[in-house]
Amino acid sequence: MELDDLYQEIILDHYKQPRNQGQLSNATVHISGKNPFCGDELDLSLIIKDDLVQDIAFKGSGCAISQASISVMTEQVKGKTVNEVRELIDKFSGMVKGEKKIDLDTLEDLSAFQGVCEYPTRVKCAMLGWNALKKAIDSEQNNEKTEQNDAKS
Amino acid sequence: MAIPKIFVSDTENINVEDVRKQFPVFSQAENRELIYFDSAATSQRPQFVLDAWNKFNTNYNANAHRGAYRMAELATLEYEKARSKVAGFIGASSEEEIVFLRGATEAFNLVAYGWALKHVGKGDEIIVSELEHHSNLIPWQMVAQKTGAALKFIPFDNEGQLVLTEYEKLLSSQTKLVAITQMSNVMGSPIPVNKFIKAAHHVGAVVVIDGSQSVPHFNINVSEMDADIFAFSGHKMLGPMGTGVLYAKQKLLEDMDPMMFGGSMIEDVDYLKSTWNQVPWKFEAGTQNIPGVIGLGAAIDYLNALGLQNIKQHDKSLTVYALEQMQLIKGLEIYGSVVERGPVIAFGLDNVHPHDLSTFLDNKNIAVRSGHHCAKLIMKRLAVNATARASFYLYNSKNEIDAFIKALDQAKEYFSKWN
Repeated sequence: MELDDLYQEIILDHYKQPRNQGQLSNATVHISGKNPFCGDELDLSLIIKDDLVQDIAFKGSGCAISQASISVMTEQVKGKTVNEVRELIDKFSGMVKGEKKIDLDTLEDLSAFQGVCEYPTRVKCAMLGWNALKKAIDSEQNNEKTEQNDAKS
Repeated sequence: MAIPKIFVSDTENINVEDVRKQFPVFSQAENRELIYFDSAATSQRPQFVLDAWNKFNTNYNANAHRGAYRMAELATLEYEKARSKVAGFIGASSEEEIVFLRGATEAFNLVAYGWALKHVGKGDEIIVSELEHHSNLIPWQMVAQKTGAALKFIPFDNEGQLVLTEYEKLLSSQTKLVAITQMSNVMGSPIPVNKFIKAAHHVGAVVVIDGSQSVPHFNINVSEMDADIFAFSGHKMLGPMGTGVLYAKQKLLEDMDPMMFGGSMIEDVDYLKSTWNQVPWKFEAGTQNIPGVIGLGAAIDYLNALGLQNIKQHDKSLTVYALEQMQLIKGLEIYGSVVERGPVIAFGLDNVHPHDLSTFLDNKNIAVRSGHHCAKLIMKRLAVNATARASFYLYNSKNEIDAFIKALDQAKEYFSKWN
């Protein structure tokens, strides 16, 4: 496989100019992620309200694959419902792990990461942000459940 | 089993072409182009070691220290022969000071659980160097947390050398244990451990030396060094994975509790309590990695036949050459000394993440390590998340370094479009 198939234009573009950088002061959920394999770091903040990801931002450092993947991810999930986000996490993870045949058209810019499945050690790089995102929505939904239960009791 | 003849003379320089023929990994079709620069992570194995390992499995597979039949006796004999080989190889005064474990990590854990938890208490201090691999750091963090002892750190300078004067300031009558590597797996710096051991002994502290990076490359003599505890892994010195050695002075071993309990580590067993076998066998509970240990013994035969002095010379000439060439690449940073260093070079390329660089080199069939090298304290000190690392051994050549340098130049060119 040629290196350019891995490092596609979209990836380089996002690596050079990451979108949605920073930290949301009014975040409803906040997750930090670390790739224990390479030391890459990530701080992800989200505003989830009414089952919608209303805003998302990240701070982090790492390789082109991890940083671009997070940047594209933030663009793609903003405005989506939590269930839509879960579906997207599954699809993206299936694609980079080479587990599933995914209709790449439905992934838009994320399809640029399809080459990652040829580099098993780089899957962790591509998944760094997505794993943190999953943790974030899980914890947000758990909080909501607790709040609902609290309200009932 | 005869050791390949070309190695009989220890004055002979290493002929890389001949050496490579004895490492089957390099003759596999898919590896013909492979440039393996990651021996600091694990070395490749010669056929001689694989044969010893295999011969056990095919000719005399039996459990050691158990049966009283011919095969079992042979297995026991060969297993214990390996212990003598290790003792001789590192200059231990007796083979009873040699414990076989899975690796250096297990050795440090055994010392932490079996000795340190017993002898370190609140108000005591443990001194660790900032160069340590996590295997010689995290166990001491565990001990500090469980006992309330304080952890103190010896800093290193830009050359990767531990600062002796700072270390001396840390030492006191509270110091119970000092943990230091003999060669950094990132900075490549060989540490003059003798001085550190001597100073620690002045205050009565026990010194643990990590020999994982030094044993494959240098002549080691634990008795001259006066190390209390010395540990290393077999797989970085041509031996099989899952083999490791803990050396400790006999008195310390006697005083150390086992961490694993079960078969073969006992002297006598009763309903409610039991007594332990003598050292070192009290630390070897259950069926051991017998073919692995026999393979490790073969690795020592192989290294001895080739001559560690010759290997050191060979590694050095490669390292000097690589450092010289790497310094000519603008925008390439070498972490640590460019003069005094073992065959391990951590480096970075301006504005390129080590993982991206490593993927690029992999595409050229060059295997280097990238990441934090299980040495996050070093990364913190260097203020980076990760570095790339090239490490050399007896089967590497100057031609390979030329190809590596060329690939680094190409990488620079390739990644320049990202800026």
